[in-house]
Amino acid sequence: MLHRYPKRVAIIMLVLTALVATFPLWGEAAFGNQANFMLEKLTFMLILALFAMSLDLLVGVLGLVSLGHALFFGLGAYTLALASPDFSPASMWWMLPLVMGISACVGLLIGVLVIRTKGIFFIMTTLAFGQMLYYFVSTSRFAGGTDGVFIMFRPSLAIGESTLLDLDNPYSFFYFCLGMLLIGYLFLRWLTRSYFGQVLDGIHDNEHRMQALGYATGGYKLIAFVISGVMAAIAGMLAAMQYGFANPAQLGWHTSGEVLMMLILGGMGTIFGPILGAFAYEILLYLYEHATTHWPILMGLTIIVAVLVLPRGIAGLIIAPPWQRKRIMNAEAHETENAPATASAQPVTQSKED
Amino acid sequence: MRDEIVLATHGLTRRFGGLVAVNGVDFDVKSNEIHAILGPNGAGKSTLINLLSGEMPPSEGQVLYRNQPIQGKNSRQIARMGIGRSHQKTNIFPRLNCLQNCELAARIHMGGVFGSWRSRQTAREVSERALEVLDTCHLIHRAYTTASDMSYGEQRQLQIAMVLATAPSLMLLDEPMAGMGREETAQVTELLASLTDRYTLVLIEHDMDSVFRLADRITVMVDGCVLESGPTEQIRTSEQVRDVYLGRHDKGATA
Repeated sequence: MLHRYPKRVAIIMLVLTALVATFPLWGEAAFGNQANFMLEKLTFMLILALFAMSLDLLVGVLGLVSLGHALFFGLGAYTLALASPDFSPASMWWMLPLVMGISACVGLLIGVLVIRTKGIFFIMTTLAFGQMLYYFVSTSRFAGGTDGVFIMFRPSLAIGESTLLDLDNPYSFFYFCLGMLLIGYLFLRWLTRSYFGQVLDGIHDNEHRMQALGYATGGYKLIAFVISGVMAAIAGMLAAMQYGFANPAQLGWHTSGEVLMMLILGGMGTIFGPILGAFAYEILLYLYEHATTHWPILMGLTIIVAVLVLPRGIAGLIIAPPWQRKRIMNAEAHETENAPATASAQPVTQSKED
Repeated sequence: MRDEIVLATHGLTRRFGGLVAVNGVDFDVKSNEIHAILGPNGAGKSTLINLLSGEMPPSEGQVLYRNQPIQGKNSRQIARMGIGRSHQKTNIFPRLNCLQNCELAARIHMGGVFGSWRSRQTAREVSERALEVLDTCHLIHRAYTTASDMSYGEQRQLQIAMVLATAPSLMLLDEPMAGMGREETAQVTELLASLTDRYTLVLIEHDMDSVFRLADRITVMVDGCVLESGPTEQIRTSEQVRDVYLGRHDKGATA
């Protein structure tokens, strides 16, 4: 069933999460004095995973390919940079809602216009909006032009006088990002399995039929667009917190293209796939950059091979490994022959294939 | 209430540039009847259904549903008024299973899309409704099968089940038996025959045996115009209709 996967997916993801979460314990033993640099890389991978996952709601689940998703990533970064006080840290308690609120408003505004389009036109209009904001920001004095804006203090997470989590500490920040990624993942997992998610699947499969059934598909697409944008903005805010600046490059189409490649590499429409894709992309990038100055050629070849060999990305490899595909097909044929004569009345979206 | 007119058209016309696909069509559908529309390829049958279901606006004329004009409304609005339709080409959600396909259809009319914020009662009712229509359409044993894994005939039946799940008062079925084998055709004919006491049906179909078995009244269309309309027996014995189907139709006679 759609959005329900074999148990090994959960096992692999849990093992990987445990491996990442325990990095501070084994990082130094594995990487020596490079451990801090690796922690920083790993933190950035978590942020990119959240960004890629947000795009998956739009591209993989809803079937709308966007080339302007970096708009929200950059918007989150700039909101943090411009709203942060110069001489004291902002509070995360209002910064996070502010980033979410502004990105939701912008998402709503852009969404109303772009969801009327489909296919290549959706790609082009999202690209156009992304580039518009890119040029606006890179030529505006208040946004620091092409230099961007520096963030002097990371926001603090405190109740009253006591600090809940010291976000200036790289380890604490790492766990904060991991927490945000987990919350994002659980939210999207719940959303895609809900009735609302089923409507999005229906729109992906056959929007015309959904309209003929009586669904106002535009409204559902708009909600998904806004949710996706808000999540990307949170990722952008985290990226700005990590590196201490917001830069026009975060808004540009290169960033949108990169995150789309992470999605293709990881496996679209699976929610967990983009997380793997973001990690795989960043690890490959690191290796290629250190191997040759012509690394974009290697990366390009990797994406081409991935598309040809793994059409459902790394996620597809886990969901249906090649050596199991034949067995699964035989089992399905057998199941069809022996299908039960009756089915019980239970909401299918909440059935027990977890 | 069997003779109550549910749907009527007056001078319904649709032009595509210079081509008049539907030309001044007047016909009506009475409550709980099966009204079949016959005609050779290109007669304008599917265009007529598209005009009735709001998928395209008419160039001229009027469509009255329960005495209310509905021309100009879009397909979503018309679907929500209780007019369900199935398409000539198989039009389902291939990645979802059979039950989910019907649930999607049922839910829009029963509520509960944002199910997590609403009572579980609605969710149960939607599932029960979906299972009920799957049972009616002899697909209950395929409830948890992904739609794309089903046979062509089953997919066609699923399409009818989805229309039923919306609890329509009027169903527009565009060639529900297209491409089916003899056995599957017989099964769908039986299914449609069993629906007449609860639903009003407008049926486009090429399978003459099924049409003559099922229909209470038939409207025959040629070149976008109504050639003849009346009870099944009248159409069966009509010289004019026979000429059209045996290829002896003279275009001047329809004008």
